[in-house]
Amino acid sequence: MATHEIIDDTLVLDSPGAGDQMKPRRMTLNMGPQHPSTHGVLRLMLELDGETITWSKPDIGYLHTGIEKEFEAKTYHQSVTLTDRIDYLAPLSNNLCFALAVEKLLGIEIPEHAQWARVMLAELTRLNSHLVWLGTHAIDIGAMSVFLYCFREREEILKIFEMCSGQRMMTSYIRPGGLALALPRGWQQRVKKFIDVFPSRVDEYEDLLTNNKIWIGRTKGVGYMSVEDMLDLGITGPMLRAAGVDYDARKKQPYSSYEKFDFNVPVRSENDVYARYQCRVEEMRQSARIIKQVLEGIPPGRHIADVPNMTLPDREKMKTQMEALIYHFKIVTEGYRVPAGEVYQVIESPRGEVGYYIVSDGTSKPYRCHVRGPSFGNLQGVPCLIQGTLIADVIAAIGSMDFVLGDCDR
Amino acid sequence: MISDELQSQPDVAALSAANPEFLADAKFDRQELTVIVPPQHIVAASQFLKSKQEYVRLSTVTGVDWYPSEPRFEVVYHLHSLTRNQRLRVKCRLPGKDPEIDSVTGVWRAANWYERETWDLFGIKFRNHPDLTRIMMPDDWEGYPLRKDYPVTGPRY
Repeated sequence: MATHEIIDDTLVLDSPGAGDQMKPRRMTLNMGPQHPSTHGVLRLMLELDGETITWSKPDIGYLHTGIEKEFEAKTYHQSVTLTDRIDYLAPLSNNLCFALAVEKLLGIEIPEHAQWARVMLAELTRLNSHLVWLGTHAIDIGAMSVFLYCFREREEILKIFEMCSGQRMMTSYIRPGGLALALPRGWQQRVKKFIDVFPSRVDEYEDLLTNNKIWIGRTKGVGYMSVEDMLDLGITGPMLRAAGVDYDARKKQPYSSYEKFDFNVPVRSENDVYARYQCRVEEMRQSARIIKQVLEGIPPGRHIADVPNMTLPDREKMKTQMEALIYHFKIVTEGYRVPAGEVYQVIESPRGEVGYYIVSDGTSKPYRCHVRGPSFGNLQGVPCLIQGTLIADVIAAIGSMDFVLGDCDR
Repeated sequence: MISDELQSQPDVAALSAANPEFLADAKFDRQELTVIVPPQHIVAASQFLKSKQEYVRLSTVTGVDWYPSEPRFEVVYHLHSLTRNQRLRVKCRLPGKDPEIDSVTGVWRAANWYERETWDLFGIKFRNHPDLTRIMMPDDWEGYPLRKDYPVTGPRY
C-alpha cells in the first residue's frame, strides 16, 4: 500500500520513479469532508490509478457529538429529544426504537390506538427519508428536476408532522408509553388527502427515471458487492434487500403491531444501484399501502398507556386531582424509575437496522445507551463497494447507500 | 452454574457441548438470551457461533463501564442469525486495569469499526485488530469519553 500524504486540501501526485522505469502514477484524492455528494461531512480518501479506484478509506467522526454520553446524564423522559437528533432524516424511527426499548425494560403494554398511530408515523418517516434520498441521489447523478418533485411531497409530510407534534423535524412525538399528545383533530383528512395522491406522484418519479436512458446507464451494473461481503460487513436495509436477502425486521421480528398489516417487502437480486433504486421506490408504494390500512382500521382508544407513575397525566386531571399533580411533578423533576436490566431493541428504519441497547441500573437515567445506527454499519462497506470502480461511479455507489452522517457519528 | 431452564436454549446447550469452558454464565431476561464468555475464548466461541449456530451477522459491538466495581468493563456483542431469525448477546468481562481482548475481525469483518469505536470511547484494547485507531474522536485526543470516570464538567470540558 502506498503512503498517503495529504497536503493541504486536495491532491498529491506521486513522483515518477528513479531510472528509466516509470512507477505507475497513483494519485491520492481527498473527497470531502465538504463535498456535495457525500451528504454531510464524510471524508473519503481515494487512491486512483487513472480513473480507477485502487484503494479507499472513509474517515468519519466529524459529526460526533457524544450523544451516547449525554444519555447517561438525562432522564428517560428527556432522552427522547436526543434520539431525534441522531438520524435527522428519520427522527420518528429513532423515537420509536427508543420508546420500544424502554417499554420492554418497563414491561408495559401500550394501547393499540397508539401502536397503529406509531406505525403510520414510522411509515410517513420512511416516505420522508426515501424522498430526500431519491431527490439528492438523482441530483448527484445529474437529474435535477426529480429533486423538486420529491421535495413537494416531502413538504406535505413535514406539515403532517408539524400538525401532530408542533415540529417539522425534531418531533419527539413518540415517547415511552405512547405518544406525546393525542393525534390532532382533522389528522385523518390531512393524511388521506396526501396518501390518495401519493401513489400517482411515485408514478411521476418513475416516469422521470425508471426508463431514462441516462439514469439506467449510470446505475445499472454499478456498485456491485457480493451478498457474502454485505452480510460479513454488517450492511442492512434496502442495500441488503436489493442483493436478494429477504430480511425486514417489520416482517421477521414484528414490533408495534406490524404483524397486523398487509404489505410486501420488495427484494431484488441484481445488487446494483438500479436495484436499490427499485427497492426503495417499491418500499414507498408499500408504505403508502400501510398508511392507508391505518386510516381505514385504526382502533379508537387512548394515545398513551395509563401507568400513573410513568406516563404524564392528562392536563384536566392535574387541575382537579392531587394525585395526578404529584405524579406530574415527580415524573418531570425526577423521572420515572426503570427496573434494572438490559435490552436490545431492533426496528427497520428507512436505512436499515436501528438498534438501541439500553442498560438500566434501576434509576431514572439510562446507565448506558448504545445506538446501532444503520449508516455506521453501511459505511463500513464503502471500500469494498467502490474497489476497482471508476471515480464517477463512486458518487452513484455511495449515493445508493443512503447514509446520514448524524446517524453514523452520533 | 447454568440452570436446566437455560440449558434448554439451543445456543446455550450447543456452546457448552462444544466446550464447557466457553460458557461462564448465561441469562435469559425479557426474551433476550445473554451468554457470558471468558475473554480468552472469545474468538473460538465466535467462530463456533458463526459456523455452527448460523450467526452470520454481527449487529454491533460496544462496551459498558461498571466503574468502580470489578471486573470493570463488559464488551457486548450482538449477533444475529438470518436463517434462524434469532438474536444473541455475547458478553466478556474485563478488568479495569489494561483491559485487553482478542479482536473478532477475523470472524466478522463488521467488527472492525465497532471495535475501533469501543477502543476510542472506552479504551478497551483489541489484540490483532488490523487498524486500531480512534474513529470518532480526533487522533490526538486524551482519555476515553464513555468511561464513567471521565469528567463531564470542569475547566477543560
